[in-house]
Amino acid sequence: MKKYKYVIIGNSAAAIGGVQGIRKGDLENEILILTAEPWQTYSRPLISYWLQGKVKREKMYYREPSFFTENNCQVRYAIPVEKINPKEKTINLADGEIIGYKNLLVATGSVPFVPPMIGLPENLNNTTNIFTFTTLEDAIGIREILTPKSKVVILGAGLIGLKAAEAMVSQSQSVIVVDLANRVLPSVLQEKSSDIVKKHLEAQSVSFILETSITEILKKDVLLSDGEKIPYDILILAVGTKPQCDLVREAGGEIGRGIVTDDRQQTSLKKVYAAGDCTQSLDMTSDTQKNLAILPNAFLQGEVAGMNMAGEETYYDQAFPLNSVGFMGLYIFSAGTYEGVVYESESPEEYKKLFIKDNVLKGFIIIGDCMRGGIYTDLIREQTDLSTIDLEMLISSPQIMIFNQNTRKEKLAQSH
Amino acid sequence: MKRVYVNEEWCLGCHLCEIQCAFANSGETDMVKAFNNSEKKPISRITVEDGADDIHFAVSCRHCDTPWCVKGCITGALTVNDNGVVQIDETRCVGCRTCILMCPYGCLTVGHNKTLLKCELCVENAGGEPSCVQRCPNNAIVFEDRDGVL
Repeated sequence: MKKYKYVIIGNSAAAIGGVQGIRKGDLENEILILTAEPWQTYSRPLISYWLQGKVKREKMYYREPSFFTENNCQVRYAIPVEKINPKEKTINLADGEIIGYKNLLVATGSVPFVPPMIGLPENLNNTTNIFTFTTLEDAIGIREILTPKSKVVILGAGLIGLKAAEAMVSQSQSVIVVDLANRVLPSVLQEKSSDIVKKHLEAQSVSFILETSITEILKKDVLLSDGEKIPYDILILAVGTKPQCDLVREAGGEIGRGIVTDDRQQTSLKKVYAAGDCTQSLDMTSDTQKNLAILPNAFLQGEVAGMNMAGEETYYDQAFPLNSVGFMGLYIFSAGTYEGVVYESESPEEYKKLFIKDNVLKGFIIIGDCMRGGIYTDLIREQTDLSTIDLEMLISSPQIMIFNQNTRKEKLAQSH
Repeated sequence: MKRVYVNEEWCLGCHLCEIQCAFANSGETDMVKAFNNSEKKPISRITVEDGADDIHFAVSCRHCDTPWCVKGCITGALTVNDNGVVQIDETRCVGCRTCILMCPYGCLTVGHNKTLLKCELCVENAGGEPSCVQRCPNNAIVFEDRDGVL
């Protein structure tokens, strides 16, 4: 049996963060990476850009092709892991091999959540025109059959569904987005901001049928909950994702809204760490446990896991929801929790809503060019006491001038 | 490492650093030519903030030891080079603006082709000292190693 000091299951952002974290504490020992996918690490969010024709396949890699060699990683592609044996500190691979680990990072990500519907094929791989939209394989399948005559129906008006809509609207005859919610991006935006995004997308020929679900998938149509039948050539199921926790669950690890970890990213199983979409995170802005399936969070958690695996004690305690997304020239930032005193402003160029509670910025929504918006993010991340800053200026636009002179000096005249 | 630091007491608010930065990154050797292109005016990577009581200071990438922009970048276009300089590969940037959402200082800006621009300490162009530092008329912007200095 081969034994490795570091084994990583998964090969996306959290896994890469893991490699970079391990290399902060250990430049010697080999890292074994096991991935169920057949290709080198690519940026998952880029699949919509690729489908749209905005990014070439060879530019989709998340790290330079030399990354794994430079970091002394052995990557085994298309090898699913079947079982973790935490007592023995071994894992079973699908091909029967057993591998020993000293430190294991589970970075298995999330899989699409597909609600039950009459007529839903048991295995989407056996269909030619019904897809989920989270992997390169999905995007390749769609591109193979997408034509200017395609009628596209998308179930789900969340980030994934709308990015799919953006990618396909100019390459198809029609794109109709169906969602049970009464607004688009329901988990990210509120009514007013959601309405702005919806109107913008409608102006670009995306149609919406809201407060409606698909009850039955027929061969060429979908039947809606209001009784209407709409035709499709391509059906995208983008209702949401769910964390892939099976390996840890079956090994006896604690699962909540994802794999439960401590603030060093260690699971309830000793020497088994977890990071990324498969985990549960403590949202510091609401003090609640959430599944934060966002790329920056995955990388940051992976990095902290890796550092701890290599003996560099580090903590990750600054997680909160954070999204930057653009749809056909309209940019949207959302962050934190929408709770507290509201400061809302609207002009033709920008819509903005800030949420302040107990003198701390808790969350914000910006639609517009979003320039310098990260200054707001940092106020949330650092839980900056707003009594020390110029609130009026803060509300009007993010800038370093909001801070007092000492803080400005710390920021601009000291190294970070 | 050597970074760009700002002394707000010395900043006159002349905004010359913005002009010099935009010019240095324009690829032109003649300033008049660089700014004559009305459609694609060169864009600065440094921003001067002007406040009440004649307070001014320039803000550009801090090249942080914890570069939130790099960690959050969804494509891998943002990287830290061997000298600690945070750089962006324009050919791999899709303009998603996640880096803007991550940066605590507001130091990234958007270029004409919608990809992101940032200060790279003039490593690719002027060489030696960053252009904003070289041309600041009052030494309000300096290029120094202050690591470990409180």
